[in-house]
Amino acid sequence: MTNNILDFEKPLLELSAKIKELQSFMDEKGLDLSEELMKLKERAAKLQREIYASLNTMQIIQIARHPNRPTARDYINYIFDEFIELHGDRKFSDDKALIGGIGLIDNQPFTFLGHQKGKTTKENLSRNFGMAHPEGYRKALRLMKDAEKFKRPILSLINTPGAYPGIGAEERGQAEAIAKNLMEMSALKVPVIVVVTGEGGSGGALGIGLGDRIMMLEYSYYSVSTPEACAAILWKDVEKAAEAAEALKITAKALKGLGIIDRIIKEPVGGAHQNPEEATMLLKKAVLEEYASLSKLSPDELINQRYMKYRNLGVYNNDWNDVLEGEILKEEVE
Amino acid sequence: MFKDLFGKPKYVTVRTRTKQEKEDISPDSRLWTKCNSCNQIIFNKKLVENLLVCPECNYHFRISAKDRLAITIDEDSFQEFGQEIFSTDPLEFPDYKEKLATARARTGLDEAIIIGEAAINGYQVVIGVMDFNFMGGSMGSVVGEKVTLAIERSIETRKPLILITTAGGARMQEGMIALMQMAKTSAAVKRLDDAGILYISIMTDPTSGGVTASFASLADIIIAEKGALIAFAGPRVIQQTINTSLPEGFQRAEFLLEHGMVDMVLSRHEIKDTLTRILKIHQVGVSNYD
Ligand SMILES: [Zn+2]
Repeated sequence: MTNNILDFEKPLLELSAKIKELQSFMDEKGLDLSEELMKLKERAAKLQREIYASLNTMQIIQIARHPNRPTARDYINYIFDEFIELHGDRKFSDDKALIGGIGLIDNQPFTFLGHQKGKTTKENLSRNFGMAHPEGYRKALRLMKDAEKFKRPILSLINTPGAYPGIGAEERGQAEAIAKNLMEMSALKVPVIVVVTGEGGSGGALGIGLGDRIMMLEYSYYSVSTPEACAAILWKDVEKAAEAAEALKITAKALKGLGIIDRIIKEPVGGAHQNPEEATMLLKKAVLEEYASLSKLSPDELINQRYMKYRNLGVYNNDWNDVLEGEILKEEVE
Repeated sequence: MFKDLFGKPKYVTVRTRTKQEKEDISPDSRLWTKCNSCNQIIFNKKLVENLLVCPECNYHFRISAKDRLAITIDEDSFQEFGQEIFSTDPLEFPDYKEKLATARARTGLDEAIIIGEAAINGYQVVIGVMDFNFMGGSMGSVVGEKVTLAIERSIETRKPLILITTAGGARMQEGMIALMQMAKTSAAVKRLDDAGILYISIMTDPTSGGVTASFASLADIIIAEKGALIAFAGPRVIQQTINTSLPEGFQRAEFLLEHGMVDMVLSRHEIKDTLTRILKIHQVGVSNYD
């Protein structure tokens, strides 16, 4: 775990190294320095609180993209008592960037879908960095239809920089695959619970992300475009990514405020990568709570509520003058 | 028939002006246009007569929503609805309000789409037409709402739906609210589909990103206009990602036809007639299985 340390984590790691040092010094010499130790620990806790309370969006993105952040596979291992991976879209291939299967969580059957990133470069290459091709979305749809047939709720975990922008992906209908999923997911007769666990990269995330409950881990992000691409497109300047990141309002907190997501799932102190087991347990708890409330709804109620949730999404005004309160604009209109 | 809309010399000079083109335009630009494809000088009068298609090389110039309507529907048949819905600036995104005002002034439209009821050679339809000149035809809350209203009007009146797209994708300045319009419009198409109503999508140059990856790709019949760029990810993004050159004709309408993504590629002159024939077949067919 000495690799992949984020800049803002450094002072904390230095402090915890000091604590360890002091501890072993005490043990070695048989001295009682517990008061000093206590003070150091308090300082560390305070520093941690301060750092994590004031993270900017780019820092949150760094946590979301952390190589040691739990992946779909980790969540499966920790929260499913029983799990069988199912492969292939039955049309072209099996997409390793988007995995799926069936299993039991606390004896409740679930169909699982999730983008799969790797932790090493080698693994990432085989997983295409969690960027799915149309086959991934079509496999997901096949499994969702299967879930509907067997009345299994669906758990979908999002963690992708985006759908893969490549020649084959375009040739085989990346857009159609995502569109079709959105259309079909809107009317599935079973509960669909979605959690953004890391990166929520635009259409590639949404392609398995239409559901009854949309949740985000505390340090994940969900965006219409990466801040880098946004800065490049709008301001022709990649250096302005940090500015774009703030402007796009992509953090869990901001999106909860905008009504895009329903719930934020707390992460262990320092982020999910610091304590994957605790992170997965917090996710499991939230998923089961949401499932408990959704399972009370009839299929019709479920579909209608889901439809209205999306039908009502949008912010607009009925009077142009309310929208533009500037004189600058009138000049342009002349 | 195109006098009101098409006759405006203003339009021809305003359309798709890139920086390069701006430099190319001489003081005579009210009279003639240089073709983007073959570089021939074409008199605007001739270009307008030819539905803004180059008479020399068949290059299809991008056209405004109003002009598109004029060449697609019966004269005086357009009954707009869903007016008085305006984008706000929910994220307080830098320069968004100014861009909206500029787009509004430039296009004479309130947003990147207009919707209404109309007739096509007498067949009653609900139609929505997007305009690339309005912030790159991007889909924010208003476009999403208007597409949904058009779909709902189709369900209500049982009139076929025709959506003519040209779009750069989701509107960045509305962030995730814009992305969610993909979900909203696709969910609405599902209801249209369940209601058994005909939906024809016409993708024109360019149609990409969140619009391609939602309602535009979900029609019963998908028509691509000749030469149109139709994509999920734009060619530049793909080039940057894979770092090799792209195949000839990649992501053009003809390429999509070859790969089974659209039903047909039509030149601008063929669209109205083909729509009429599709509408005719569906009208005959409906009662047989009721
Ligand atoms: Zn030409």
